[in-house]
Amino acid sequence: MGVLSILDRSHSVAKPGFSRWMVPPAALCIHLCIGQAYAFSVFNLPMSKLIGITKPAPDDWKLTDLGWIFSIAIFVLGFSAAVLGRWVEEGGPRRTMFTSALFFGGGFLISAFGVSVHQLWIVYLGYGVLGGIGLGLGYISPVSTLIKWFPDRPGMSTGMAIMGFGGAAMIAAPLSVWLISVFSTPTHVGVAETFVVLGLVYACFMMVGAAIVRLPPPGWKPEGYVPPTQPKKLVTTKDVYVYQALKTPQFWLIWIVLCMNVTAGIGVLSQASAMSQEMFPGRVTAATAGGFVGLLSIFNMAGRFFWASTSDYIGRKNTYFIFFVLGFVLYALVPYFGGAGNLALFVLGFCVILSMYGGGFATVPAYLKDMFGTRYVGAIHGMLITAWSVAGVLGPVLVNYIRQYQLDSGVPKAQAYNVTMYIMAGLLVVGFIANALIKAVDDRHHMEPETVDDVVGVA
Amino acid sequence: MDNDSNGGGTTPLELVLAWGFVGIPLLWGVYGTLVNALKLFQ
Repeated sequence: MGVLSILDRSHSVAKPGFSRWMVPPAALCIHLCIGQAYAFSVFNLPMSKLIGITKPAPDDWKLTDLGWIFSIAIFVLGFSAAVLGRWVEEGGPRRTMFTSALFFGGGFLISAFGVSVHQLWIVYLGYGVLGGIGLGLGYISPVSTLIKWFPDRPGMSTGMAIMGFGGAAMIAAPLSVWLISVFSTPTHVGVAETFVVLGLVYACFMMVGAAIVRLPPPGWKPEGYVPPTQPKKLVTTKDVYVYQALKTPQFWLIWIVLCMNVTAGIGVLSQASAMSQEMFPGRVTAATAGGFVGLLSIFNMAGRFFWASTSDYIGRKNTYFIFFVLGFVLYALVPYFGGAGNLALFVLGFCVILSMYGGGFATVPAYLKDMFGTRYVGAIHGMLITAWSVAGVLGPVLVNYIRQYQLDSGVPKAQAYNVTMYIMAGLLVVGFIANALIKAVDDRHHMEPETVDDVVGVA
Repeated sequence: MDNDSNGGGTTPLELVLAWGFVGIPLLWGVYGTLVNALKLFQ
């Protein structure tokens, strides 16, 4: 236990002279790894041919069964972030990031074993459950640490970390495909070996983040930073205890805001390739659709930094107003762009939509910080991530089922997404109303200063 | 090194190494994706 004490919160506090600009790379070490989850689908096809090698054999795993690996991981991400949020806040970032690395890397290693003995439940347990816990811990801890280091620019700082989560798939997808090709032979699909390499590499990469991350000392402020003497109406200087936040309408309104924004975006993202090919038959092929999805990924990533940074200047509430108003207009116009055969405007419209999808993820921690203070923002953020879990199911289901219903009703493929787009626009109206209802948290929910010290154990 | 640090401690080399460690893989990923995305407009 003595050696592990270096992981304690007290041992993670920065010494004088530590630059806060070391913390964003530490956060990126984690998010660039756990964001690999977005690229997990590259394993689905090879894992469906582990026995048949060139084509699926009767005993091979079905794609529908393999799809559950990602779904379990994302569900456990939300669940573990919600349940373990307080442990994360009180244990500090180093212990959490270290644990996250063990779970995420270990999840890959156990999955490798599951692949080698061809037992899918072991892969569910490995990547889905253990990897999912690593995802949940790794997602919230760096974000709350950055908010504490950048009280002057909370949006920009969290935008940097969450940008890494959005960009990770761009590294993971080609890397995984390359590794599979290296380890594959005419009689073997090299998925297990790829999992082993990825598990070890990701664990090491994340350990670097755990090693360099630091917490600011109590009472620390950036040099030259003067907290506003006239507090803004929607930015509190007090803290709300983690479970008390659940009793406020603000938490649930922000939950709806995030859920609606993510549902709309994730629905499009999950079907972007098929949608572009069906709306522009003959002009967009499978290969060019891959380029379209890649472009969306870049805007998704860049939007996380751009919109979260912008929110530091225009406020979180106004930023979400832009998402909902501009998103509504674009979702309503996309069917028109498709009908007019205007591919450039179609692509541009979705790129802006996806930038706001990413921006919604990246701006929400700062929104929570404004509402509930910095002390428990990580734990509160963890509980809010359940909105993502719900949206992750709701968005793709809405797009898939409505498209199928349209096709069954005799609507041509090129127009099968129109109603979906209008429904997505409607979801954004719900988000707009929830955002408009957000007011400052009532003073009775705030912690007394002495309570903060008792809970935190700060001398 | 700047008004964000408290007078020494973290060196510029450490900052460059830390940012390079995460920045290089990220730029590699973005570059590859952009090259792939250009197919859309060819």
